[in-house]
Amino acid sequence: MLEIKNLHAGIEGKEILKGLTLSVGTGEVHAIMGPNGSGKSTLANVLSGRPRYEVTQGSVTFEGKDLLAMATEERAREGVFLAMQYPVEIPGVNNIYFLKAAVNAVRKHRGEEELDAMEFLQLAREKMKVVDLDEAFMNRAVNEGFSGGEKKRNEIFQMAVLDPKLAILDETDSGLDIDALRIVAQGVNALRSEKHSVLCITHYQRLLTYLVPDFVHVLAGGRIVKSGGKELALELEQKGYEWIEQEAVAAR
Amino acid sequence: MTSALFPLTIREQAAQRFEQLGWPTPRQEEWKYTNVAPISKIQWKSAGQAASIGQAGAPDLNMAGRALVELTFVNGVFVSKTGGGAKGLKVSRLAEEQSEKLAKYADYQDHPFTALNTANANDGALIVTEAGAAIEGFIHILYFGSGDEVWSHPRNLILAGRNSQLTVVETYAGEGRYFTNAVTEIVAEEGAVVDHYKIECESSSAYHVGTIQIHQERSSNVTARSVAVGGALVRNEVNAALKGEGCSLALEGLFIGAGSQHIDNKTVIDHARPHCESMELYKGILDGNARGVFDGRVIVGVGAQKTVARQTNKNLLLSETAIIDSKPTLEIHNDDVKCNHGSTIGQLAEEPLFYLRSRGIGEEEARGLLIYAFASEIVDRMKVEPVRELIRRAMFQQMPDRLPERRGASR
Repeated sequence: MLEIKNLHAGIEGKEILKGLTLSVGTGEVHAIMGPNGSGKSTLANVLSGRPRYEVTQGSVTFEGKDLLAMATEERAREGVFLAMQYPVEIPGVNNIYFLKAAVNAVRKHRGEEELDAMEFLQLAREKMKVVDLDEAFMNRAVNEGFSGGEKKRNEIFQMAVLDPKLAILDETDSGLDIDALRIVAQGVNALRSEKHSVLCITHYQRLLTYLVPDFVHVLAGGRIVKSGGKELALELEQKGYEWIEQEAVAAR
Repeated sequence: MTSALFPLTIREQAAQRFEQLGWPTPRQEEWKYTNVAPISKIQWKSAGQAASIGQAGAPDLNMAGRALVELTFVNGVFVSKTGGGAKGLKVSRLAEEQSEKLAKYADYQDHPFTALNTANANDGALIVTEAGAAIEGFIHILYFGSGDEVWSHPRNLILAGRNSQLTVVETYAGEGRYFTNAVTEIVAEEGAVVDHYKIECESSSAYHVGTIQIHQERSSNVTARSVAVGGALVRNEVNAALKGEGCSLALEGLFIGAGSQHIDNKTVIDHARPHCESMELYKGILDGNARGVFDGRVIVGVGAQKTVARQTNKNLLLSETAIIDSKPTLEIHNDDVKCNHGSTIGQLAEEPLFYLRSRGIGEEEARGLLIYAFASEIVDRMKVEPVRELIRRAMFQQMPDRLPERRGASR
């Protein structure tokens, strides 16, 4: 589904990703872990097309198409979703109105009929239950006045409604209490299927307890330095990241 | 021709003052940002009789059926009055009904356009509420301009009796290269609550100068909203005098300019008495080569202890060539007050734009949503639904290539 080859990218002339290669198959859940500054968020930002991030080398294909050549909205319509680390507040833009516009933009792109207000509301209500969001949230402005946990749940709610093929979670677990963490994991697990893939970027192991990954990768110095199964996450939790970094240096 | 509104002596005085003052020039501090030379060059004439409202404007502007009472004027000449009214409310024409309060508040000695209006006004609305009357619904006054080289001088007087409550909407629109020079005086007696809307969506080649003069007595509460969307050259003044203790005043403005429009907003809030509160928020959206002005003054007098005043002007520039002059000013003459002011000028922020696009919404639509969102801080607070609809339509007409149609209508 997603093929990243020798990706070099950065921001403001500073190279952060230095030859990252990763392959995510359909239906797989991959976790990317790594210390601060290793390039985790840069990877999420580059994949979603955030302005000012520059790719200097390498390629990213999504279902065989050149992802990097697409505008941000095209990526979303193709089925790539980024749950953001810091969801922005947008006063004056109504949550439900915004999400309906998004759903219909995606449906139009897929050649499906647009949902009318009633159909959309039905879909939204159903998905709201998954992340335990109150319906009152729908009529508020996007993320405005939401607590940190509410913002993250809103991200997962949007993901559930948009039904992406590939969901990228950028440190969605950071700053969440255990209850919110469970709800977020529950939302992601509900999306899991043989057709959906998840790329979960995180600093800590705790989300992975609820969201058991098929593969765990360690990102350090802008490259994947170690890959393994779910037990690698536990090992990292116990031993920290230093041993991996030392191993990577020794291997050079 | 209808008879003049004012006694001959006042008219002559006002005409004389205008002769002496002349058309203002940018050399005067009050007119620093706005050159009215394009208006003064034209030989304006009054419309002899009522024309009909143009086909284009009528269906969108008419609020008959939704307004409690609607008065319609074309080129300043009375056309129709519809609606049944309400108990405790009297809506009449100034040409038919005299009021001793007329011309007592808007200054024609030092203000050339008010002098011009006072010398030439023929008609307008007189709206009076009895003490204690709470009028539900709103009164709509529609001034429609039609044709070229025609001017009109609408004059309105709103008298809210003690502890009464009312909502008045003035709409200015039209077709052609005409000039509207309007003056509205609002008097809120003790404890009165007045919600006033002025919606300026004149033709793109029209000129509009207007003054709203507010006089507040003890514990009155006035909200004056000024929306400027149309017109080639527009000057909107709102002057409020808080003359009793415990008054509250809210001035809210939204101005949206495109093409080569020039929209100047000038406000003066005079805190003369203690324990009054004023809240001012003006927002500007400017595109193309448009130029906007916000010149707001808040004066807190020596005797106005415990004043609370907040003044904010926020502007959104959509093009490299749009211009805003923002000049918020506080003049405080005593030290027992809570006052602040500020202004911001910016473009659409990158983060919200990215967020919307990352969910599949196209860039143009996302920008449109954010432009509406910027305006919504003012629009969503408006209590009169037909006015909110009118503003959204006017915004869309103003920048059809920037805004998705009907967006925001679902709120």
